[in-house]
Amino acid sequence: MEAEALRILIVDDEEELVSAVEERLNLRGFQAHGVTTGTAALEYLADKPCDVVLLDVKMPGLGGLEVIKRIKEEHPGLEVILLTGHGSAQDADRGMQLGAFDYVMKPVKIDVLVRLLLSAAERKDKGDV
Amino acid sequence: MTNEVSLGPAPEGDQDLLVSQRRYRKMRIAAVLSVSIVAIVPLLIMTGVNAYQYQQALRTEVTGPLVRFAANGKQSLESFLSERLSALAMVVRERSYEELRDSRQLNRVLVNLRQAFGGFVDLGVIDEQGVQVSYAGPYELEGRSYSDYNWFHEVGVRGLYVSDVFMGYRNIPHFVIAIRQSTGAGSEFVLRATIDTDVINTLVGSLAVHGSGDAFLLNRENILQTASRLYGDVLQRCPLPPFPYSTQAELIETEDESGESLIASYAQIPRSPFTLVLLSPRSELHAGWLSLRQDVLIFLGISVLLTLAVVIGGSTYVVNRAREADLKRAALYHKMEYTNKMAAIGRLGAGVAHEINNPLAIITEKAGLLKDLVMLSEEMPPRDKLIGLVNSVLKSADRCGGITHRLLGFAKHMEVQRETIDLDVLLQEVLGFLEKEAVYRDIHVDFAFPEEPPAVVSDRGQLQQVFLNIVNNAFAAVEDGGHIQIGIQEVGKGAVAVSIADDGVGIPEESLSHIFDPFFTTKKGAGTGLGLSITYGIVQKLGGQVSVESKVGEGTCFTVTLPTGQAFP
Repeated sequence: MEAEALRILIVDDEEELVSAVEERLNLRGFQAHGVTTGTAALEYLADKPCDVVLLDVKMPGLGGLEVIKRIKEEHPGLEVILLTGHGSAQDADRGMQLGAFDYVMKPVKIDVLVRLLLSAAERKDKGDV
Repeated sequence: MTNEVSLGPAPEGDQDLLVSQRRYRKMRIAAVLSVSIVAIVPLLIMTGVNAYQYQQALRTEVTGPLVRFAANGKQSLESFLSERLSALAMVVRERSYEELRDSRQLNRVLVNLRQAFGGFVDLGVIDEQGVQVSYAGPYELEGRSYSDYNWFHEVGVRGLYVSDVFMGYRNIPHFVIAIRQSTGAGSEFVLRATIDTDVINTLVGSLAVHGSGDAFLLNRENILQTASRLYGDVLQRCPLPPFPYSTQAELIETEDESGESLIASYAQIPRSPFTLVLLSPRSELHAGWLSLRQDVLIFLGISVLLTLAVVIGGSTYVVNRAREADLKRAALYHKMEYTNKMAAIGRLGAGVAHEINNPLAIITEKAGLLKDLVMLSEEMPPRDKLIGLVNSVLKSADRCGGITHRLLGFAKHMEVQRETIDLDVLLQEVLGFLEKEAVYRDIHVDFAFPEEPPAVVSDRGQLQQVFLNIVNNAFAAVEDGGHIQIGIQEVGKGAVAVSIADDGVGIPEESLSHIFDPFFTTKKGAGTGLGLSITYGIVQKLGGQVSVESKVGEGTCFTVTLPTGQAFP
């Protein structure tokens, strides 16, 4: 794990949030990258390897649910953790049905997030095997 | 085809008016007046009719004797005169002219007449030329000529004459009776007698009705022929208007120069210039009436007071109950409005929570990063980096504060407060609640505001609620990617129209006329059906109107017209 840092893609329309989470994960030994739209995420995934996607559900333009659908189509092995606002449990359920690994409500405690990312990566590895 | 429904002011809309004291005072006055009229007017009419009848009866009781006395008095006076005229006629038949020319014989006749009839003062015989040829009596009048006197000519024409009363030499009232007779020698003479009025005075005086009544004789010129209690002594002018000629006793109501109202009974005495007049002041009539009237008035007063007490008490009770009921209703309506507002806020809840969550998440992450940098890095992070992070936290905290402030300002319970409001600013505030939803659902909201939108004097909280209700409906009606257009337009003087148009599903014609009805909803299970009903009520209360046009599949347009009101200086 030390040898190979987990590659995380963070997708959220709030640029400041993206940059902070990105930096915090990097400080914890992840290799995180942030984008602010669903389209940018899909473009990034098209030519960059990635382990786990941290995806905001509510975004202008291409919404989180649309993005997860497309990810699952194009990169079936990729694990997705949804970021949801308060009171959008419906969206979270819908996301889970679409194959999300789990969902967390904003604001997220970094330890919880790290744990989730690790378990998601673990499942991805198993899936790979 | 476009369906349109427009609703004008409805009386029940104005809750403030409903509970205002003035309205209930008016209601109470109306109730008291109407019931009082129904209860008291018949009472007044009946009392009036009764009183009138009683008054008539009393009147007859007073006037009856008056007429009777006048008739009797006239009879007596007529007899008195007839007697004396007959006596003179007998004298001239019994005695020859020659005998009567003899003063001694004439004296004897006078003595006889005095004894038989009384009242005779003197006697005189006047020849054809008007010269008094013999005289019996207290004065020296023999040889006096009456040829220039009117009465002498009158007796020549009519055969007999009764004079007005005059003051004689002794300054005692008298009158003269005269009769013409043939001398038997082809010429004529006149026998003239002066009559003392004592007897007449006594007779007339006795006719005066007890106490305040009056009785007197008048001649044709309205000169008193006997003393009057009211109008002075003999030969004074009587201030009453002349009486019409009648030998029957008549009754008239008249008044004298001093305005005193009188009831008069009168009769002309035939073959004389005299009119017998009996007077009774009207107050006499009233004496009996007054005590009756007092009783009637006391009875009437008590009845009216009792009726009024019951009516006022009853009306007050009923109006107070109505007022209590109205107040309860108003309170309920107020509560309902508040509930609706809270429901509207609840519907915004998700969006608002999301809106707050985003800056909160940023704060969490930035603060976390700050901690990470301190804890996880071996060296102190650079100063610029730290300040950047802290600024981010502060900015996000501000954002949160702004959102909660806006929501709290909106949720405040609405006491009606009038202030000058810029509608464009208010509409943008309202849309601020739905900004995120618009972004996520790609709904385009266009504002079509004039350069300087007119300000209105109105209640901010209530206007927010009105527009939030309508805009919420518009958001519910449009598909993702839909359009909502909000416009402000000045309509005529003193009014401004706010239109909120969407290109959503539209409202079917059959629903359109019901959308302002309470509990009418098309959102099966999702709505209370109160939103537009309350919107309607609030707009009414603010003095405006709300109308709607809609076509299924093309969209809906709500127009709220508000009075601009008196701008604050």
